[in-house]
Amino acid sequence: MSRQHIISMLLENESGALSRVSGLFSARAYNIESLTVAATIDPSLSRLTVVTVGSDKVIEQIKKQLNKLIDVVKLIDLSESFSLERELVLLKVKKSDATEQKISDLGADSMARITDETDGFLIIEVSGEKAWLDDFLLTLGDDIVEVVRSGVIGLSRGERTLTL
Amino acid sequence: MELSGGEIVIQSLKDEGVEYVFGYPGGCVLHIYDAIFRQKDVKHVLVRHEQGATHAADGYARASGKPGVVLVTSGPGATNAVTGIATAFMDSIPMVVITGQVPKAVIGSDAFQEVDTIGITRPCVKHNFLVKNVGDIAETMKKAFFLATSGRPGPVIVDIPKDITDPSIKVPYEYPAEISMRSYTPPVSGDIGQIIEAVKLIKEAKRPVIYSGGGVVLGEGSAELRELCRALNFPVTQTLMGLGAFPGTDPQFIGMLGMHGTYEANMAMHNSDLIIAIGARFDDRVTGKVDEFCPHAKIIHIDVDPASIAKIIEVDVAIVGQVKPILLDMLAQIKHLDETFDRARIADWWLQIDQWRATDCMAYDTTTGTIKPQYVIEQLYKVTGGEAYLTSDVGQHQMFAAQFYPFDEPRRWINSGGLGTMGFGLPAAMGVKFAHPDADVACVTGEGSIQMCLQELSTMLQYDTPVKVINLNNGYLGMVRQWQEFSYDSRYSHSYLEALPDFKKLAEAYGHVGMTIKKKEDVEPALREAFAMKNRTVFLDFLTDTKENVYPMIASGKAHNDMMMGPSSKYKRNES
Repeated sequence: MSRQHIISMLLENESGALSRVSGLFSARAYNIESLTVAATIDPSLSRLTVVTVGSDKVIEQIKKQLNKLIDVVKLIDLSESFSLERELVLLKVKKSDATEQKISDLGADSMARITDETDGFLIIEVSGEKAWLDDFLLTLGDDIVEVVRSGVIGLSRGERTLTL
Repeated sequence: MELSGGEIVIQSLKDEGVEYVFGYPGGCVLHIYDAIFRQKDVKHVLVRHEQGATHAADGYARASGKPGVVLVTSGPGATNAVTGIATAFMDSIPMVVITGQVPKAVIGSDAFQEVDTIGITRPCVKHNFLVKNVGDIAETMKKAFFLATSGRPGPVIVDIPKDITDPSIKVPYEYPAEISMRSYTPPVSGDIGQIIEAVKLIKEAKRPVIYSGGGVVLGEGSAELRELCRALNFPVTQTLMGLGAFPGTDPQFIGMLGMHGTYEANMAMHNSDLIIAIGARFDDRVTGKVDEFCPHAKIIHIDVDPASIAKIIEVDVAIVGQVKPILLDMLAQIKHLDETFDRARIADWWLQIDQWRATDCMAYDTTTGTIKPQYVIEQLYKVTGGEAYLTSDVGQHQMFAAQFYPFDEPRRWINSGGLGTMGFGLPAAMGVKFAHPDADVACVTGEGSIQMCLQELSTMLQYDTPVKVINLNNGYLGMVRQWQEFSYDSRYSHSYLEALPDFKKLAEAYGHVGMTIKKKEDVEPALREAFAMKNRTVFLDFLTDTKENVYPMIASGKAHNDMMMGPSSKYKRNES
């Protein structure tokens, strides 16, 4: 039974560290749904979040193999506990009453907002959980001119952290 | 002390206690080679091809337990080394490979002899480093040796751009005595709770098998393994990589398991109720069909690498840590059992195993006049008193050596088990000879494999590393031919080697002794003559039976109890 997991890790912030992680996924034929990485407040560390899909056995192997990479300092499976996940989407639509109506119909709690308006095009910024965003993009359908997704990031709720 | 980058590389090796570096010079390592020239402590061995350097360092490491060290230049120097690096990686062999790189300023510009060594080697090393500052070389070297030799060992690459080895730039040098890395903490002893759980299973087992692998050799756990096996009186099987950790001539040893393992070992695995896997990784050549692997058994798995556990086979008790302290803890627990533990309890199991043993599964036709490859290995065993270091290449000869030369000590059997690299044997034998100059070293090979790294015969003359090359020459890529016979209706597609060289003359051309052996009765005398020449490399070209197959065999995708038995075994189909 395959399930989606969000695995977040602290990496040594060194050149090549990212390719070790991505290379591991391709070499061992694991899936990457999304991958996002940036330096942390401590500039010697990066935080990398990868969304992957696999059976429990495969996910267990993925985590073990990631932990085995010398550049991976610490790792957490956000899907194992109550966690908050977010993805940012920027999308461009042609300005029209209909699209603006669709966006306002989604309601205030949708977190979607018009961030830019240039030459008759709107850029809409929206963040949320991956599944919700998938539905949101479906709703807009053919109105979308261009879209970019940041990939999922997340934090576990409460006391559980991924820190050194 | 102020040193240049090139000098720091060599001084670090000296401070690490490195005796030999196997290498080949080139543009980007010239500064380092100049530093080698100006000292005497670290000895350099000039190979004839960088693949040879890696295999020689690998053979040295396997035979000595110390890390092998390689020095090659950028570009083709590094790419030629890749096969040897991958070979060491698959078998978890400690190795540090120093590769030259083009100067930092031109990295990425497609400079002459530039290749992305870090990128190319990333999937086949334990770790690799690109050093960017001369001041970082010493610490990086320390990290490289620490990583290569600790935890699950493996090859580590240090890629050094030419500009940071510049002799005119000197920096203070201090080799770190200790190193720690926040992202790397190799496990030491095993969890005692898990060990107690394991001992509970051991106490209840009625049909147990100890399945021991290369990790016991690498982890120096041979003495503890022997003590455990004898304390329990359990049957012991070993993987190709594990041979010698438990004595091959001990009656408790039931032979190698897996594709060309013994009938008794594979049947014992299949019918077992408890498998104790020690430093073994459930390789596909061992498990056969995974879905039908040991269907009745609970499994205890001891390994230093957590990722090896439950990778292929789910286990009941996992113990992560170094094999030696784990086995010692286990032995201590077993001693508590003494009063209740009945060693005779598994007498019926031994009776069953002895029945399987009686099939004489590796028997071959001894009546023919042709030289059977098995016969050559048997005579090799006899002539060397079973005490030689044997390297092998890959193919039928490798399996015959594993089957017919029982090793009583670890580190005596040196072969490319994981990657299966043809060309490994000869340079590895040279490396073994550097580790054990007074020992008998033989390379068991075939006419296919030997031609893949033959050029090292020249290095062996230069450095006076006498090895006996046992060439089982059947004119075929024998293992390919065997599979084609069984699975492709004997369509021998490109497995016949036409236009073979005269190996005797070839050996002589390289300054060694060559022999061609065509008759069975000449096998033993030729071996005696060759081994009597202590200081010469002797190439023995045995013209063997062209159609001999390795038996028994578990065909690809079949289970342990579904073996193809040789025509000379006493096996009868209805026995199973």
